[in-house]
Amino acid sequence: MTDALPLLVVVPIVFALGPVAVGQVRPNAGWVAAVAAALAHLGLSVSVLGTVLAAGRTSYAVGGYAPPFGIELVADGVSATLVVLVSVVTIATVVYARAAGPRSNTFYSELLILTAGISGVVVTGDLFNLYVFLEITGLATYALVATGRSPAAALASLKYLLVGTIGASLYLLGVGYLYISTGSLNMADLAGLLPEVGYGSPTVLTGFALIVVGLSVKTALFPLHTWQPDAYAESPDSVTAYISALVSTASAYALFRVTYAVFTPAFDAAVPFALDTLVILASVSVVVGSVLAVLQSDLKRMLAYSSVSQFGLVVAGVAVVNETATLGGLVHLVGHGVMKAGLFVAVGALATVAGGRTVDDLAGMADRAPIASAAFAVLAFALVGVPPAVGFAGKWHIVLGAVEAGRWIVAGVAVVSTLLTLAYFARVLERLYFRDAPAPPVAEHPDAAAAADADAALTADGSGSAGDADEPAAPPTVSTTARIVVVAAAVGAVVLGVFATDLISVLEPVVEVSFR
Amino acid sequence: MIDLLVTHYNYLAVVVLVGIGLYGITGSPNLVKKIIGLNVFQVGIFLFFVTSGYVEGAAPPLLGRSPGPYASPLPHVLILTAIVVGVSLTAVALALVVRIYEAYGTLDEDAIEEVRTRD
Repeated sequence: MTDALPLLVVVPIVFALGPVAVGQVRPNAGWVAAVAAALAHLGLSVSVLGTVLAAGRTSYAVGGYAPPFGIELVADGVSATLVVLVSVVTIATVVYARAAGPRSNTFYSELLILTAGISGVVVTGDLFNLYVFLEITGLATYALVATGRSPAAALASLKYLLVGTIGASLYLLGVGYLYISTGSLNMADLAGLLPEVGYGSPTVLTGFALIVVGLSVKTALFPLHTWQPDAYAESPDSVTAYISALVSTASAYALFRVTYAVFTPAFDAAVPFALDTLVILASVSVVVGSVLAVLQSDLKRMLAYSSVSQFGLVVAGVAVVNETATLGGLVHLVGHGVMKAGLFVAVGALATVAGGRTVDDLAGMADRAPIASAAFAVLAFALVGVPPAVGFAGKWHIVLGAVEAGRWIVAGVAVVSTLLTLAYFARVLERLYFRDAPAPPVAEHPDAAAAADADAALTADGSGSAGDADEPAAPPTVSTTARIVVVAAAVGAVVLGVFATDLISVLEPVVEVSFR
Repeated sequence: MIDLLVTHYNYLAVVVLVGIGLYGITGSPNLVKKIIGLNVFQVGIFLFFVTSGYVEGAAPPLLGRSPGPYASPLPHVLILTAIVVGVSLTAVALALVVRIYEAYGTLDEDAIEEVRTRD
């Protein structure tokens, strides 16, 4: 059923109107609408995946205009997998947000618009349409970051808006260059037209450079990542979990799409330095992101810089232009979404109990919140790349492919990043499991007080703990929903790792075509 | 060189607008001026699309109205969409600026930074 493709975008947008329309009469309409939309989205995405598995690539012509002229929506192994990831993360976030807040109806509307935007980025087969969906994703994300009512969140959101818009505009300019040289915006059509124009043509090369830089801003690769740590650290926990899992993922996917579906490996063969530059950029991002993560004391910032590094690895895997490495990059893309969402929820849950979210605040938390701590540990080791978790499957294929292609720099960087990932997670795990909890009143401790202050907006309207988080009269506990989500993410990370070969067999046909 | 400038002055305008816009975003500490800069930057890119669709003496591609040559309406239609996106972005940005101004009492980035480090 190819009609499911446009519905992936339409359903969340229609449901997003619900909470705004009836919000005055029914204050909890947002959550109900979000659950209904997320379940419908899951049903649609599973049906799309089923179609793709049975029949291969399917496409849908929007408005009935045949593809090179009209907008085309495309589902193949990679986009179908990512759409399922979007549904699953949406459901998890909606479940988690019930306890953790923010509780307003508009929050759920924004979340659903974001779901629609990301689904659109993933299924579109048209470069300009991709720009529109990137901006829908961006707009919804800026609004969501600002739902943390603190002024710092508004500043972080504005910074993200300025940088993100420049990125998207550069992408649009790049699309303009390609459109001028070929007269087409359809990805599949462009793949045939670009060799006729010549990959070496300055217009095409400039277009490629602008598109890559624009999408790198959105993906948060190293020198262009500056918006990301603030945005992740200042937004409410449920928002951070959602955007860390999906927003940058969508941009990294777009980068993959443009590299493979529009420019194809033939471009790399004709103009090797273009993707060589991207490999170097990504490798720098991996190392610098990890080092910056090691230097952070705030847990959310640490995880944010960790994302800079992991996305560097994904992009490096894609830019190596080797089948194995690309598959590794895609597996890591999917796996990172699951793991990072789980880690952010775990940090949110542990921070509520600990009363602060610096590394030191977590001392001895394993006794007070054993399940969340254990799940955090599993997810941390999964991201480090301990087999059989999905982090291992992704990194292993990236390294293998990099060695096959003779890109020793990527292989080396992947190994170094694994060590650095272990370094920043080891610090947290040591606090969790091998330190005693500090004496009960932590309010005098300046760090904890500052962190709790920053968190006050979040804990006050979420978490179910009444009053200030730094006055543990009745010690707050991890909410059941948070526990379910974290454990599900941990199990998911391991299960995905165990079934990594099946995941690869779904993704493989898409990448294989490019290398034939 | 002069020839190129005279025949391609529209692209020169694109470069100038994009440059002014980027300077506005990075050069000014005032948040509203940054948003104005962002708008100028986007307008430069819009102009690039619109001007690329211009064909000397061309007519709209309507059957039976004129013998041609025709100009493609697509770049203009694309930019209509992009303008809508730009307007929404400006609205969100200004809403954020209102919140920031309420909290800090200033729109100067450096002053806000000072307030934040003092707290």
